[in-house]
Amino acid sequence: MGADFVTGKLADVVNWARKFSLFSYPFVTACCGMEYMSVAAPKYDIARFGAEFPRFSPRQADLMIIVGTITERQGPALRRIYDQMCEPKWVIAFGVCASTGGFYQNYSTMPGADQVVPVDVYIPGCPPRPEQVLDALVLLQERIQRGEGHSQVVLKAEALAKKKGGEYDVPAMSIKPRTDHLAALPSATKPTGGEG
Amino acid sequence: MDNTLAPPQTRRVVMGIQEPQDFDAPELPTEPLPLNMGPSHPAMHGTVRMVLEVEGEKISSADVQIGYLHRCFEKESEFATWTQVFPYTDRLNYISPMLNNVGYAMAVEKLLGITNQIPERAQYIRVIVGEMSRITDHMTCLGASAMELGAFTVFLYMLKAREWLFELIEEVCGARLTVSYLRIGGCAWDLPEGFAEKLRSILERSKGVLAEVSTLLDRNRIFRDRLDGIGVVTQQDCLQYGITGPVARSTGLAYDVRKDAPYLVYDRFDFDVPVGSVGDNFDRYAVRVEEMKQSMRILEQALQQIQPGPVAVNDPRIILPAKSETYNSIEAMIAHFKIIMDGIHVPPGEVYSYTEAGNGELGFYLVSDGTGRPWKCRVRPPCFAATAILPELLKGLFIADIVPTFGLMNMIGGECDR
Amino acid sequence: MSQNVLERLKAQFTGGELLDTGSQHGDEWARIRRDAWVTVATFLRDDPATKMEMFTDLTVVDRFATEPRFDVVLHLYSVSLKQRVRLYAGVPEEDPTLETLVPVWAGANWFEREAYDLYGVRFKGHPDLRRILMYPEFVGHPLRKDYPKEKRQPLVRRQPGSVD
Repeated sequence: MGADFVTGKLADVVNWARKFSLFSYPFVTACCGMEYMSVAAPKYDIARFGAEFPRFSPRQADLMIIVGTITERQGPALRRIYDQMCEPKWVIAFGVCASTGGFYQNYSTMPGADQVVPVDVYIPGCPPRPEQVLDALVLLQERIQRGEGHSQVVLKAEALAKKKGGEYDVPAMSIKPRTDHLAALPSATKPTGGEG
Repeated sequence: MDNTLAPPQTRRVVMGIQEPQDFDAPELPTEPLPLNMGPSHPAMHGTVRMVLEVEGEKISSADVQIGYLHRCFEKESEFATWTQVFPYTDRLNYISPMLNNVGYAMAVEKLLGITNQIPERAQYIRVIVGEMSRITDHMTCLGASAMELGAFTVFLYMLKAREWLFELIEEVCGARLTVSYLRIGGCAWDLPEGFAEKLRSILERSKGVLAEVSTLLDRNRIFRDRLDGIGVVTQQDCLQYGITGPVARSTGLAYDVRKDAPYLVYDRFDFDVPVGSVGDNFDRYAVRVEEMKQSMRILEQALQQIQPGPVAVNDPRIILPAKSETYNSIEAMIAHFKIIMDGIHVPPGEVYSYTEAGNGELGFYLVSDGTGRPWKCRVRPPCFAATAILPELLKGLFIADIVPTFGLMNMIGGECDR
Repeated sequence: MSQNVLERLKAQFTGGELLDTGSQHGDEWARIRRDAWVTVATFLRDDPATKMEMFTDLTVVDRFATEPRFDVVLHLYSVSLKQRVRLYAGVPEEDPTLETLVPVWAGANWFEREAYDLYGVRFKGHPDLRRILMYPEFVGHPLRKDYPKEKRQPLVRRQPGSVD
């Protein structure tokens, strides 16, 4: 028994508290929003799981639920909102459009929200049944309890690196958005789009 | 509308107190402040970005930027067969998906020239599921708008009623929201057993819910103050912008496609078209409430009039053969294969077909080149026209007035951005 | 159903502005010469026998193989007389311009912006011709038949090798 036991138990208690008091930021875009409303409604009642209150400011939320299709135009806004959330934060991709793009494979739809933000739980379905959403929430809660959410893992790695006296080098796979492909696009300061 | 719904007089008016004009205009210098109501915002139904210029709380200019849900309906439908477009149409106005299915099916049938051959039972089923969708449309719109003004209970009541309708729709076609129930030439399959009794019981309970919501909102001082006189649209605006549906009817323009150019079996029903007088937010709310009651009237009459019969036209070039034949005869299997892989061969031509959807005249302009895939499948979205007037409408309003005005226009991202 | 609209057009425009008329599946249509677009539209709006006060839809069809490549399609409706008409104006690819209808119907504003955004047809005299559905950094006009369906131009991506 030692400090590790105490911090281990403390982490368990903290994760227990976190998983049962999720403050969600519903990033609602499309049809899945209607099923999100149904999940929040009295019949399927997400409040039983502690995740009742949507906090409509990312600064006050720790769970971002990406509900509906993400288009390329939405990308920077979604990324910005994810960056504004405080750690630890979790992301649920609600619906198949947010997971992989769904049956929209075209010039405007982003093939999944995980192109710009790391996602912890994917909910397939078009739209998913409310029971599926509640199942996904329970899955996320189990991941939070084990400390395996993406943001929790990054935090742990950073803490470990600091203990060893170094910096944690966030791998390119993780949360930094890439910008090298932007050189191919015309400058964003031009007011109108170019001709085809 | 009767006098009991006239706005209650405020105490200041009764006491004869004059409000000072432009209280702090000469003394305090103000600069216009650019404010972004950005694509993810709780009061922006779905995703719309408004770049506002405000002076204090008053909006001096509003740039409404849509397109954040552009999912390329037209481009996708050019690569899909005529039947494969149905799921894309579900996701247009996703709070009333059956109405979009009806509009698209009727457009293709007009192009095929089989509008008169659709069996009667199929037409009645289309009317029934269409009106159920219209009720869910208005319930969602009013529930969400009321929630944004603080009336959270109304939202929960409307959602409770909407759940009953969703469950029944799920019994009919297997999906609560994205239905794809209709096919070119009729319906995919017949209504289930016991549908009529269940629908009647839902209508009874929904009437109770609407009565409760009326007592909560109609004479509510806060609700009326926030909605009366705000966001007035004139009849001339509606004609100039092409605005139809509840927004147009709230201004006094009595245009409803179901009455002016009846399609399916709407001419057999006795129903009224509610028309407002002022064109403000409250009129749009009241018109939608009345429309729900009229839809329930249509549903009751349709349930009485519907007769058993086939639910799809009997044409092997358009309708898939029965599964028992597909698995047992080579001709049926080949027919099944051709319809699925090639698509229904629609003769070359162009057509514009219009129906009354939840937000107004939903038009489908189809161009066919003779193959099984559309050359162009254009949706004329009713809420695109209604959103186009918002930049003009929001000038001079307070920031807080954006919420009910935008909410009651019922801009649905899937339809506006397509 | 709206045959008298075509009759009025044929009676009024005898100088070759009316290239063709017809009726298909119950829809009446007329093909207008490009430079007479606003004149014909204003006439239809104001003439007491047609009274097309309501602007319904404006879109573009990419014919691709035929000349002229683009057809700007306008749908009009008369609420008082319950008549409809569809007008076509052929717009060639080398000079994809057309007069704007915003002075006639204010609602044409957003519809013309969408036609410009997705097809590249420019409307002369439009007060605010910029993209409406796509973002300003987008290059190209996606609904043209030669724009590939899955060619994305992403604004932000998380990792190398992501779908582009």
